[in-house]
Amino acid sequence: MRFNDAITGLVLLLFGAAVTIHSQLNFPGLPGQNYGPAFFPTIIGVGLAGCGVILIIQGILKRHEVPLVVVGEWARSPRHRTNLALILASLLFYILVVDFLGFVITSLAITVLMMVRFGVRPLNALFMATGSTLIIHTFFYKFLLVPLPWGITQAIAW
Amino acid sequence: MDVIATAFGLVFDPYVLGVILFSALFGLFVGSIPGLTATMATALLVPVTFFMDPVPALAAIVTAVAMAIFAGDIPGALLRIPGTPASAAYVDEAYTLTQKGLAERALGTSLVCASIGGLFGTIVLVTSAPTLADFALNFSSYEYFWLACLGLTCAAIISTESPVQGLVSLLIGLFISTIGLGIVGGYPRFTFGSIELMGGVSFIPAMIGMFAVTEIIRYTVTISQPPAIPQQAIGNLFAGLWPTLKKYKLNLLRGSLIGTAIGALPGAGADIAAWIAYAVSKKTSKEPEKFGTGHVEGLVDAGAANNAGLGGAWVPAIVFGIPGDSITAIVIGVLYMKGMNPGPTVFLNDPELIYAVFITFFVANIALIPLGFLAIRSARQILRVPRRALMPVILVFCVVGSFAINNTVFGVTIMLVLGIVAYVMEENRIPVAPAILGIVLGPMLEDNFLTSMIKSDGSIIGFFDRPISGVLGVVTILVWMVPLVLMIRRKRRGPKLA
Repeated sequence: MRFNDAITGLVLLLFGAAVTIHSQLNFPGLPGQNYGPAFFPTIIGVGLAGCGVILIIQGILKRHEVPLVVVGEWARSPRHRTNLALILASLLFYILVVDFLGFVITSLAITVLMMVRFGVRPLNALFMATGSTLIIHTFFYKFLLVPLPWGITQAIAW
Repeated sequence: MDVIATAFGLVFDPYVLGVILFSALFGLFVGSIPGLTATMATALLVPVTFFMDPVPALAAIVTAVAMAIFAGDIPGALLRIPGTPASAAYVDEAYTLTQKGLAERALGTSLVCASIGGLFGTIVLVTSAPTLADFALNFSSYEYFWLACLGLTCAAIISTESPVQGLVSLLIGLFISTIGLGIVGGYPRFTFGSIELMGGVSFIPAMIGMFAVTEIIRYTVTISQPPAIPQQAIGNLFAGLWPTLKKYKLNLLRGSLIGTAIGALPGAGADIAAWIAYAVSKKTSKEPEKFGTGHVEGLVDAGAANNAGLGGAWVPAIVFGIPGDSITAIVIGVLYMKGMNPGPTVFLNDPELIYAVFITFFVANIALIPLGFLAIRSARQILRVPRRALMPVILVFCVVGSFAINNTVFGVTIMLVLGIVAYVMEENRIPVAPAILGIVLGPMLEDNFLTSMIKSDGSIIGFFDRPISGVLGVVTILVWMVPLVLMIRRKRRGPKLA
């Protein structure tokens, strides 16, 4: 998904302005000093807004050559769109439920789902996902002592 | 001498040697798989190194990267797909050699030149870094401010076709670095009441998101039939290699030299080094017409250059704490996490650590020959590993790595958000590397800037008062002018062309 520079620029201009205004209004000054917590973010905000303006000008100058949005080939292919959605949904699913379902089940679920989606045969996917989940779990939980959550599998924790 | 003996003891410890061997195999594997880059290898290794002492942690990164940069040549030669961007410059040349039935010539040359180039870069690093560090000990906050500015500016300008895009990326990174409790006065900035954001955006999940998750997203939206694996047998790698190296010994030296120099420039890494070395090789060759038809000369130059660049990139990173490319930016982040301050004082406080890194560089580049040999031998097996099964596993690995740093799922959220941001940035030709430099260097830049402003009482003159800071300041401002001058010149010339 490629945007004309004018759109990218506009987003940056608004974002930079928001950063600047937020810093100026909300961050307190330090008593007796001119340079406090607002100083550096303000420079960044102004810089982003400035880059935004340059990009807007460049985008407008090139408006006849570059359309507002160029949609990548993948976005027109339902297969690739679903792939992308699945990756993002898997991560979101992991974030939301891992504490409840525990790492082993969650990881197994998203790995099998993605593998099957990418074209691995279901039985193979189940086999490989189980193997990889157990290896990653053992490596991080047993060797590196990372407290991966057990969730509802707490009772059979090993 | 004592320090060097201690350093040898640190590296030649069974545990550290085991880590080096494991990272080497890991680096070779990741580098050989098209779509998985050397930067991604580093990003995946860092959460594991988080649990190690500094010496094995740094040894793991040094080794994995050196191996991955070479291993990128393997699918380049066999499939015409560069395994890492650093091999892209000469992938056609290497593939043409394979088509002529000379795969062993292409890969053997790459392997030996990579090792020699890597050793050359290491020697430059070992000889120049301590001297430069001695000099850098006199630096104050003004000099560090300018150095950080110079490094970040070069990164923004060199890494892109358009400096505006590079600057945008850099500013986004700097902005991310300001989130959390500020270094001045400890005031929470941009946290919007979130307690988890108070601690700031952790560097490891950010880096995994920007370098690993983006690669996975890119894979899922371009997924296609896996390329056919050539059935050609690979003959004796080292047959006829000696005459080739003898004939092109000057190319080898020049490639290594170019690679080291470009690697040391902030913002330019192994991939740019390979492109430039290949171009120089073609331009100065006695037989330029043979380039592109399966001629090893360019491979000698560029194959040496990309591995030499790795050592070069460590020079500014280790001496000033200013990273030369995204991999050394990650290294700087790791050093900060280990409670060390990258910069000249490392040579005073932890000299054995620095010497241990130097020794690892030598070990890794020498071990490259036998291990690289094995990787080429098993290339067909490695390339047969189905990426559709590998990518989900890598994604879970990323998730666990992001979680492991603070043991909160919030790390995974950071990874996801920055992965999407970085993907959108790259789609719009905004490079990601300057942003990661911004995240790593942001706090140091702000600290030095505010300290300098307070010391000089807001006067700009203070920034130019000391001789070294004056020179650095003028150089930085000149570099800032370059894009402006180019833009004005282009504008002036523009109407005539139109």
